[in-house]
Amino acid sequence: MEISITVNGRSEALDVPDNALLADVLRERLGLTGTHVGCDTSQCGACVVHMDGAAVKSCTVLAGQANGAEVTTIEGIGDPDNLHPMQAAFRENHALQCGFCTPGMIMSAIDLVQKADGQLDEGDVRDGLEGNLCRCTGYHNIVKAVLAAQDDMKSA
Amino acid sequence: MYQFNYHRPASLDEAASLMAGADDGTYLSGGMTLIPTLKQRLAAPSDVIDLGGIGALSGITDNGNTISVGAMTRHAEVAASNAIPALAALAGQIGDAHVRNRGTIGGSIANSDPAADYPAAVVALDSTIHTTKRSIPGGEFFQGLFETALDEGEIITSVEFTKPTSAAYAKFPNPASRYAVVGVFVARCGDATCVGVTGAGPCAFRWSQLEAELASGFSASAVANAGLDHSEFNADIHASAEFRGNLVRVMAERAIANTA
Repeated sequence: MEISITVNGRSEALDVPDNALLADVLRERLGLTGTHVGCDTSQCGACVVHMDGAAVKSCTVLAGQANGAEVTTIEGIGDPDNLHPMQAAFRENHALQCGFCTPGMIMSAIDLVQKADGQLDEGDVRDGLEGNLCRCTGYHNIVKAVLAAQDDMKSA
Repeated sequence: MYQFNYHRPASLDEAASLMAGADDGTYLSGGMTLIPTLKQRLAAPSDVIDLGGIGALSGITDNGNTISVGAMTRHAEVAASNAIPALAALAGQIGDAHVRNRGTIGGSIANSDPAADYPAAVVALDSTIHTTKRSIPGGEFFQGLFETALDEGEIITSVEFTKPTSAAYAKFPNPASRYAVVGVFVARCGDATCVGVTGAGPCAFRWSQLEAELASGFSASAVANAGLDHSEFNADIHASAEFRGNLVRVMAERAIANTA
């Protein structure tokens, strides 16, 4: 099956199996291994990317459903010399331990902050990140980082 | 996942003819249940017919006394709507943010999962399920565990809800899956009150004994007087039938207290 998707601003035309998942296309065909597959059962959120402006679990989206869509992965939001404010806030607040959940956390948190228009409190962040699991259990600093990034993203 | 043929039709007619031509086809809406099921090899359809390319199926229309929610409308869109605040609040409690960005009302009710949230609202509010073949009253739609009134190949196009005078939904979520262990939707429509229960039985149902009690006085204290037989309720690792019976009462009290 032929699909065309725009990933991090680049158009890609790909021939993929009918049962391919978006997460596998990103990782194995496009080499974007920042999108992690943690549980593979739609629970953990390590695979979260943005698809047409919404945070989705890419392990639970068929490649065909993403045909024609604009996808942004963790690789598309910043680089080491120019971190996204959310990435910078995660670094500042020590919001990661092993780092496995971090790409999904950051992609979810960016969507959460963008849609909330700078009004999130701690409870909103904890609710908004319900679909992202950190097995190091480092939630406290993650919440701190998201609240800090909310201010940074407003002024950016 | 087993192999299947993926299709993305642009119209309902095309979807129906793809289904008619498939050995063992299935429709795909948001995929929040079907894709995990496929991944676990618990289903092996020959053809997956994605309804996501049919634009006419998405969106919310306010008709005055009723609202129409297109079958492919995502939970997040319903959660952000304001025509029926209790319905929006219910949609905002489904799964997590990512599930709400993909999951749809049509997919949810077509599945008739006993622990899904929407069915409580479908049976409690005066609702109609519009399909490619007919219109089905909301009260007749759910027929059992994962069983609905839908025929083979029939597609839900929209769900129409009559606006209640006031309503509220109270849910006891499973802390891991966020499915409803029990959820109760209370809707006042003029003098009448309707109570929809999900999570407790094989499919959503109306608690008519409580409705009768509430007719003689709308108060949470009516719950204690309402009969409820929990002997046939669901029992699993999450909750016994008896515990679910108690949760129905507690969630009903909360929903009544929150119904203005």
